[in-house]
Amino acid sequence: MRNIKKDKILAILLISPTLLAMLVFIYGFIGFTGYASLSNWKTLKLDFTFVGLENYVRLFKNPRFIIDLKNTFTFTVFFLISTILIGFLLAVLLEQKVKGESIFRNIFLFPMAISFVVTGVIWRWLLAPGTTETGPLGVNYLFSKLGLEFLQSGWYTDPSIGIRAVVIAAAWQMAGYIMALYLAGMRAIPEEMKEAARVDGATEFDIYRYIIIPLLQPITLSAVIILGHISLKIFDLVVAMTGPGVGFSTDVPALFMFDTTFRGNRFAQGSAIAMVLLLMVAVLVVPYLIITNKEEVTR
Amino acid sequence: MKSKFWFMIVALLVAASMLLTACQPAAPAEEPMEEPAAEEPMEEPAAEEPMEEPAAEEPAAEEPMEKSAVEIFSWWTAGGEAEGLNGMFKIYSEMYPDVEIINATVAGGAGTNAKAVLATRLAGGDPPDSFQVHAGLEVEKYSPEEYLEPIDDMFDPSVFPADLLTMLEYEGHYWSMPVNIHRSNVLWYNKTVFEEQGLEVPMTKEEFFTVSEALQGAGIIPVAMGTKDGWEAGHVFEGMLAATMGAEGYRGLWDGTVSWEDPGVTEALEYFLATMEYVNDDNAALTWDGAGEYFIENKAAMMIMGDWTAGWFASKAYSDYGWSATPGSNGIFVGLSDSFALPKGAPNEANAKAWLEVCGSKEGQEAFNPAKGSICARTDCDNEAFKAVPETYEYLTSAAEAWSTESIVPSVMHGAAAYESWTTEFKDAIALFASTGDVAGTQMTLQALCVDAGVCQ
Repeated sequence: MRNIKKDKILAILLISPTLLAMLVFIYGFIGFTGYASLSNWKTLKLDFTFVGLENYVRLFKNPRFIIDLKNTFTFTVFFLISTILIGFLLAVLLEQKVKGESIFRNIFLFPMAISFVVTGVIWRWLLAPGTTETGPLGVNYLFSKLGLEFLQSGWYTDPSIGIRAVVIAAAWQMAGYIMALYLAGMRAIPEEMKEAARVDGATEFDIYRYIIIPLLQPITLSAVIILGHISLKIFDLVVAMTGPGVGFSTDVPALFMFDTTFRGNRFAQGSAIAMVLLLMVAVLVVPYLIITNKEEVTR
Repeated sequence: MKSKFWFMIVALLVAASMLLTACQPAAPAEEPMEEPAAEEPMEEPAAEEPMEEPAAEEPAAEEPMEKSAVEIFSWWTAGGEAEGLNGMFKIYSEMYPDVEIINATVAGGAGTNAKAVLATRLAGGDPPDSFQVHAGLEVEKYSPEEYLEPIDDMFDPSVFPADLLTMLEYEGHYWSMPVNIHRSNVLWYNKTVFEEQGLEVPMTKEEFFTVSEALQGAGIIPVAMGTKDGWEAGHVFEGMLAATMGAEGYRGLWDGTVSWEDPGVTEALEYFLATMEYVNDDNAALTWDGAGEYFIENKAAMMIMGDWTAGWFASKAYSDYGWSATPGSNGIFVGLSDSFALPKGAPNEANAKAWLEVCGSKEGQEAFNPAKGSICARTDCDNEAFKAVPETYEYLTSAAEAWSTESIVPSVMHGAAAYESWTTEFKDAIALFASTGDVAGTQMTLQALCVDAGVCQ
């Protein structure tokens, strides 16, 4: 009896520093931000006069913020679809038992090792469109050399493309990671299942459609969650690559938050943006947690 | 057993290397400080202090002027600006050889990034010894009553021009020592291109568009502009605002006596919109100096940018340029001034005050300004000193002439005319306007911003 109690106390003692740190630095600060978003804090001095939801109302009337929300939605959709598709395709290719598979696997994973800032700078140069007078630069130049002029465009300087150019850089970086996830998942599928399907007369395509993809569902779900929360909070890639862009076409809420808080001194407005971001990420993550919890219980 | 031994060695080395990184001096620690400010902006400001520069706090303790340091915070990281700053550092070191100068800089034009880092430092109780701030209402951003020391007793008002003193005064005190005066509404033109095309320098708005049409027809970029950082569009616009409103009207916009609904503002917005037709297509991908490369390569003919461009041209060893004012604003000097302030609780207050004296001294300003491409804030600087950087000498002599004869108005994009919060939103409004082209809507927004700032009714 005494041993059990000692173990329990020891366990609680071991996790209590982390628990305390989390309570203060994560939930405490979230609470502070939430309270600041309901205040009138506009100067370097702390100013907590309560103004209710006025900051949120002003925020949703702000044209820059509306554009930001649209951009985030566009970015998330395109980023998720392209990264998961490319990652899956790469995993399928690597699963074909080719020679030198490990070399290719490493090459595809390399982009993930670079920070978003470096990726942003590289892709800024690559997608710099050049001018009509001085000739094309970057990929536009490549296209003109290959005779593919119709593919040329203003990339991120063109407001109608805007944030989709940033998706290219982000997908390039994260596709390798998704590929690694899918590879691991595919390797966990027992060979007997595929053999049995082949014996039953299924084509390779059928095997993918009816066996492999459904079995990879939990991985797809994790990929969606991980990529989703990266894309909702994206900041460093946008800052390094494009800044707010023409007509805010590449602006995102995190960048707006930085601008308005640290340059404009409008701390209350910045806190409101942060709380909205938190809500968006929660909408994505909380259902996932509930689903996985339920699954574990039923198992 | 052997693998356990190697494991211990590696673990010890890792621990030792982590201890070594804690002994960083203050300057390199500025860069990692930018990351926490960017990624976790909502962290309690006070909590940042124990995490940064633990070892650097020791040498910066309150000590008399022996073997101590002074940390100077600015955004002058490259080109003529850095050279000018180093010139002043040299003079300071000659006077106070025992004091170590810590050059804490944060890159980013117009201080867009530095100001953010500085605000966090001031609020977090970890101020530098002195920092760069634009003369004018920008100082309000740092809540001077709370975070700055007034420097009224260090001022000899007779040595500085009256217009500058009006810009510097805030709430009845002087908070920073001006080192220079820059002009914002300068039109730089490429002499080679203009000669080849047989064109005259445009003096009015109409001439400007005629010249731009001709240049575009000849396959040359009429105006080189880089708008990536966001402030450049507002910079070009303020010169046009001065051109269409005149000096009195322009000043009135910023102190609430002239409404933003004025037809002069409409004219300025249309002027700006028309100009954007003649700007290089990839302006959103370039910073102002990135676009300036087109100018130096004779692929662009004109550039509207402040006179720090002269310092940049000098650092690129390029001198084939001429200058005029933003077309239509001849006779109006849209001015801004860089200055250094003294925060409350500066770690080395005596050294910081000495630095401010060097900044305000004749020798300091003569060392700083030729390389920077600006003119002295003081009225008694010796013109001969500017021959030290021959590439900027001609321009600066003409700028000094202009300063003493033309009408001075404060620049908005560089902190002189309005509070930083208003300036940031003004910058956003103009950036949005550049792509939507909605003149009426933008004008209403500008008026609303003025009301929001508490200046207009």
